[in-house]
Amino acid sequence: MSARDEVLRRVREAVGSTGGTTPPPRAYRTSGDLPAGSSELDDLLVERIEDYRATVQRTGGSDEEIVVAVRSVLGSLGVTSVVCPPAVAAHFLAPNGDQESGIDSRAENAGPVRIVADDGSLDADTLDGIDAVVTGSAVAIAETGTIVLDGGPTCGRRAITLVPDIHVCVVRPDQVVQTVPEALARLDPARPLTFISGPSATSDIELSRVEGVHGPRTLVVILARS
Amino acid sequence: MSGGRGQTFLGMPRAGHPGPTADTAVGHLQGERDFPTAARDALSDSQLRRNLGHATATIRAKRASVVGEVPDWEALRDAGSAIKTDTMARLPELLEQLETEVTARGGVVHWARDAAEANAIVTRLVKQTGETEVVKVKSMATQEIGLNEALEDAGITAYETDLAELIVQLGHDAPSHILVPAIHRGRSEIREIFLREMPNVDPAITDDPRALAEAARGYLRRRFLRAKVAISGANFAVADTGTLVVLESEGNGRMCLTLPETLITVMGIEKLVPTWRDLEVFLQLLPRSSTGERMNPYTSAWTGVHSTEGVPDGPQTFHLVLLDNGRTAALADELGRTALHCIRCSACLNVCPVYERTGGHAYGSVYPGPIGAVLSPQLTGITGGDEPNDSLPFASSLCGACYQVCPVKIDIPSILVQLRAEHVEARKARSKVPTAEAVAMAAAAWTMGDEGRFAKAGRAARMGSPMIRRGRVRVPLPPPLSGWTASRDVPSPPPETFREWWAHRDQSDASEARA
Ligand code: SF4
Repeated sequence: MSARDEVLRRVREAVGSTGGTTPPPRAYRTSGDLPAGSSELDDLLVERIEDYRATVQRTGGSDEEIVVAVRSVLGSLGVTSVVCPPAVAAHFLAPNGDQESGIDSRAENAGPVRIVADDGSLDADTLDGIDAVVTGSAVAIAETGTIVLDGGPTCGRRAITLVPDIHVCVVRPDQVVQTVPEALARLDPARPLTFISGPSATSDIELSRVEGVHGPRTLVVILARS
Repeated sequence: MSGGRGQTFLGMPRAGHPGPTADTAVGHLQGERDFPTAARDALSDSQLRRNLGHATATIRAKRASVVGEVPDWEALRDAGSAIKTDTMARLPELLEQLETEVTARGGVVHWARDAAEANAIVTRLVKQTGETEVVKVKSMATQEIGLNEALEDAGITAYETDLAELIVQLGHDAPSHILVPAIHRGRSEIREIFLREMPNVDPAITDDPRALAEAARGYLRRRFLRAKVAISGANFAVADTGTLVVLESEGNGRMCLTLPETLITVMGIEKLVPTWRDLEVFLQLLPRSSTGERMNPYTSAWTGVHSTEGVPDGPQTFHLVLLDNGRTAALADELGRTALHCIRCSACLNVCPVYERTGGHAYGSVYPGPIGAVLSPQLTGITGGDEPNDSLPFASSLCGACYQVCPVKIDIPSILVQLRAEHVEARKARSKVPTAEAVAMAAAAWTMGDEGRFAKAGRAARMGSPMIRRGRVRVPLPPPLSGWTASRDVPSPPPETFREWWAHRDQSDASEARA
């Protein structure tokens, strides 16, 4: 008998006939009480993200304003190279920029920032030589201060948000939900998902929390609201 | 097969026919010594007790504060418990569903009857890649089966990447906590280990956790970037979508799950949840119960092999190894199987007055603390003899704190009592003559077997909640369960208690038991 068949046989015999099963009770909250798109919801998200010692920058909701905010964050962190998904490169960083040359033509006062649009060919070593990554997000969970990336056009593949040491993540108001159940209902499990709550951290040494181990050590969330 | 599992104890319904128990010669499900003997060493190590006392008190406070802010915590626990009960009852169909979904998404599913078979599968898969190094992200299952040793025998080096695991590995040590495996090590000890074992560490490094974490980052960075094969565990597997989920803090999990070409995930067959939606419960219960955070820094969920916008995203070869190794032995008993509901949060360890004083090593198995005391002996079998794991169901004061904090409401005290009874039954069956211990345990069975008497004993055991104030247990235990110490209001159990209990366990006073 194959291992598969034998394990399944054992499981069947061990479980026995326990009769029908009942659907589990779901008396817990499946949505929050703060109105969608409200400033209270934004405030909760900001408070919870900052609690992880990540930075939140608020800005207006237009593409123009978001671009300015992203550039100012990158400038203030002294970033000289940035990787991002192609859609982000096009919309957020260099709407009028020349992608081919890799130089953002809008970088008048922030110095030249090398912008690398990820085409899937960058290996880990190349990514390790890039200062920062800029992405959008799929969903943000206010109660837990969590950003979720789903590999969509503005989130990119997982490696680009992992290897560079600074992650700048743009969240739009329609992406913010209050609770975990609301977030999961919006996400597609067929996509690769990464839930991010603050910068990487460890509590393995005497349980004292230290930010920054293997993942990005700096997380900046740009919350755009029109 | 365990000696005592052929029949019903304490009126508990037996579900089905148990599968074989795990082979204790492979992996790390049983220690060398019984609990009282191993605990004696721990109790005399004052540095260890200081480390443990500090760590468990810190984490208890963090957990209490983030659990306290969730208005529907009890409803989440009820849901978590019910989902797991349902999972176990439908495990055959759910496992097949998982296999179908993972396969449809480009993964390859393997089945392992026991530790040796799982080790052989993983070793073969690594060899097929031609690599001799793998990176690993913390996984209880691979510790349970002793995978690192098996790989080493095959000439493959496994690098642990979780900071605590790294400390344990470099210290040639064994993990002592589910979540913080190096909880027994203080910062200066960790500094010593790094100085001794890590090449290129600055000799002037301080014992500041920040500096130590930075050293670990430097040490592992190149390994991550060049790794071709990773081995992981899984916190959850979703049957209806084929999704695997790993929760972590440091980003080493993301490194392992994202950068290598080949990913091999080893998972116990009990780690399933039926639907994607069920994760909404566990992603709330687990982080708050384990690290005491609203959410852990990183959770990764993947389904087979991924491409994003047409480009490959993450490992393009994915293997899932499903492990039995004694789980079907535990599954056959309706009460005992609830130990398989465990989501490894470690909250029960942190509140346990016994664990707090002895640490994890005393339990011998990779699964320490209250959950270890009910899980390990079920996986390896209650023999009724003097196997080290036979002593584990007695490594508890039955104070009930573990049950109170458990996010999936596993009634650990009741399982402990049942396992004690099984031990006695098995012992009786071996000796054919009722021992004094058997008589005492029959009295325990009498107490636990009747609902009214059980409720009374339970009330007494759990009164005065919260039972642990300033780390002290203040619960008077009802006889016959008070064999551990007469008074529970003690700063720490003197080592003699274990020794005496073990030495005199055959002389338990049956008349006291009925008092
Ligand atoms: S038994 Fe419960 S409290 Fe203990 S580790 Fe498992 S889930 Fe957590």
